[in-house]
Amino acid sequence: MPFLQANNIVKKFADHLALNNVSVEVPENSIFGLLGPNGAGKTTLIRIINQITGPDEGEILLNGKKLSPQHIEQIGYLPEERGLYKKMKVGEQALYLAQLKGMSRHDALKKLKYWFEKFEIQPWWDKKVEELSKGMQQKVQFIVTILHSPSLLIFDEPFSGFDPINANLLKDEILNLRAEGATVIFSTHNMSSVEELCDHITLINNGKSILSGEVPEVRRRFSENLAQIEFSGDSDKVSAALEGSYQIISNKPVGNYQTLLVKMPPETDINQLLRLLIDQCHIHSCQEVLPSMNDVFINVVNQNKTIS
Amino acid sequence: MSKIPLILKREYLTRVKKKSFIIMTILGPLFFAAMVIIPGWVASMSDSDEKTVAVIDHSGLYIDKINDTEIIKFEYIDPASEDNLRNDFAGSGYYAFLIISDNLLVNSNAIHLYSDVGITIDVRDQIINSLRGYLRSEKLGSYEMDGLDQIIDDINKVNINLTTIKLGDDGSENESSTEMAMIVSLVFALLTYMFVFIYGAQVMQGVMEEKTNRIIEVIVSSVKPFELMMGKILGIALVALTQVALWIVLTGIILSGVKMAFSSESDLASRMTGIEMATGNADATEAIAEQSNSFNYDKVMSNMESMNPVGTLILFLLYFLGGYMLYASLYAAIGAAVDNNTDTQQFMLPVTIPIILALYVAMAAFRNPHSDMVFWFSMIPFTSPIVMMARVPFDVPLWEIVLSLALLVAGFIFTTWFAGRVYRVGILIYGKKVTYKELWKWFRYSGK
Repeated sequence: MPFLQANNIVKKFADHLALNNVSVEVPENSIFGLLGPNGAGKTTLIRIINQITGPDEGEILLNGKKLSPQHIEQIGYLPEERGLYKKMKVGEQALYLAQLKGMSRHDALKKLKYWFEKFEIQPWWDKKVEELSKGMQQKVQFIVTILHSPSLLIFDEPFSGFDPINANLLKDEILNLRAEGATVIFSTHNMSSVEELCDHITLINNGKSILSGEVPEVRRRFSENLAQIEFSGDSDKVSAALEGSYQIISNKPVGNYQTLLVKMPPETDINQLLRLLIDQCHIHSCQEVLPSMNDVFINVVNQNKTIS
Repeated sequence: MSKIPLILKREYLTRVKKKSFIIMTILGPLFFAAMVIIPGWVASMSDSDEKTVAVIDHSGLYIDKINDTEIIKFEYIDPASEDNLRNDFAGSGYYAFLIISDNLLVNSNAIHLYSDVGITIDVRDQIINSLRGYLRSEKLGSYEMDGLDQIIDDINKVNINLTTIKLGDDGSENESSTEMAMIVSLVFALLTYMFVFIYGAQVMQGVMEEKTNRIIEVIVSSVKPFELMMGKILGIALVALTQVALWIVLTGIILSGVKMAFSSESDLASRMTGIEMATGNADATEAIAEQSNSFNYDKVMSNMESMNPVGTLILFLLYFLGGYMLYASLYAAIGAAVDNNTDTQQFMLPVTIPIILALYVAMAAFRNPHSDMVFWFSMIPFTSPIVMMARVPFDVPLWEIVLSLALLVAGFIFTTWFAGRVYRVGILIYGKKVTYKELWKWFRYSGK
């Protein structure tokens, strides 16, 4: 049973349909990527899961139960548009936000101490938020989001505004959270982090879910049957051997070797390719090339555009 | 569990800890004194309602000795008709009637002014000034010219204690103080006006802060927007009440300070009495000062008691809270609808107009607290908190107060309901040029 299940969600705004019959299944204890171009309806779906707005049709099940106000304390949400009270002190504010999520002051204080130490930001406790840089504020916001140990975490563009070091720190924490049993919904436009972190994805476009599945499986689905071979030897002989149904996309020297990118004809596999080349050159490595999530994203969204 | 108390606590604490709050609390009473004096002075200059005062002179000494002004006329009538006048004062068409029962040089208390409404300061001053001038010259004329110092000294001892008496329906008499009624009326009308304005604007700023800071999305994932709005409105109401309470305490301290000054330093006392009596005589002698010294403070206090201070204060709190709640929710809706300060203007205007209008009507209420216009404005919830507070010191019938309070409660329930729906949608919408049509759409949309 999926941990979070959105069934046939429809949400209309005054002049447009934000979500048109969208269904999403998020398996327990996984990182789930919610993808889509700007204005696709991701934020609307996230707001519905957070009960900020209600769906016009459809229902959300969390752990098999219909979503209700008491679930709020089980969810941690880091919105894309996030801010803090500028004039309030960091510690005081973190305490307040944690208490709004239903934590007792005592528990919140204890846990905040732990996290502030872990992120090495104890000296900020009595500073006003306006004295912190944007990245620093994001750290505080991240801590507040996960402080009440929610079983479902929703991160909307969590890495924006972070330098690579802090982005990595955050990535590690997100992976930690999964290891500790949390389920994570992760919305971003940064496809390389999707490949790195996500187990499953759903891609939404124009209010409709147009693609979902496990990340490696999705990439394979869009495979163009490409292979990359590193070899040394005579490039011409290699080209001659592949003449015909194989299509050489590129062949360039990298260091001492040549790197060859080949599009294989349908229904052929890498074994057949190797058979053709094995007598022509020294093969140093060989791998199937799957499209990046970036390519998949662009491909699917563009296709979807031409259909509709 | 409702999170309103938690939100309320934050809204309250962050505000009372601000420097601006502390400064305002200290400077407030001073600033406020200026606010009381200036409009009161302006109001006293622009009275245009003609009033006729009947004069019954049993002594026969002062016929035609009180000068008419442009708007205050004095009519001398037969002393025999006094009983008729007392029994059917309302039908007589007079604004007030003045009874002089004895030679004022012998008995300066032998003069009383009766009316069924509070008496304005202009009428009172006109009577005092005319009579005092007449009596002085009378007295001066009766002396030979030698020993002038002593004469002037003697003249300055002449004093009139005009007691204004409120005539009850049953003919019962209550000593009333015109100035006190006016001051109380002005103070409370202005207080209500200021607090609704200042704290309403604070609600709006607070909502806008949350929206433009984008903290709103974090918070509404933890609490309902309505809870956030109510927490903020109630928290700021408590801030306002704290301010009022501190002002009352500070005023109390100032009053007791004044009392001590009265008993120890006659100089200050005479200056203050001089202002109060509006004699315009700078070198008022110590005789007056001494005479006034002893009674003035107690009299102010007793007048205050006749105003029913506890009742007035309770009414003030009710009207202030009601008025504040009514406007604060509208301000919250405006704050939620716009993205920045400049966009607030178009929505501020319709909210501000009734508040300012109410203040103008309240100014009229000092002169004529029971006119039709004033009555209706003290019933309409959008103006009643200010206008009714201006009327209260002039004895408003209980049913009018109850009705106006009931309407006010209904009014703020309505605006809170309306504003809550606009607020819920508005706080999450950015970058849209908001129009009234848009607001209406949000309102309808929230209802679904």
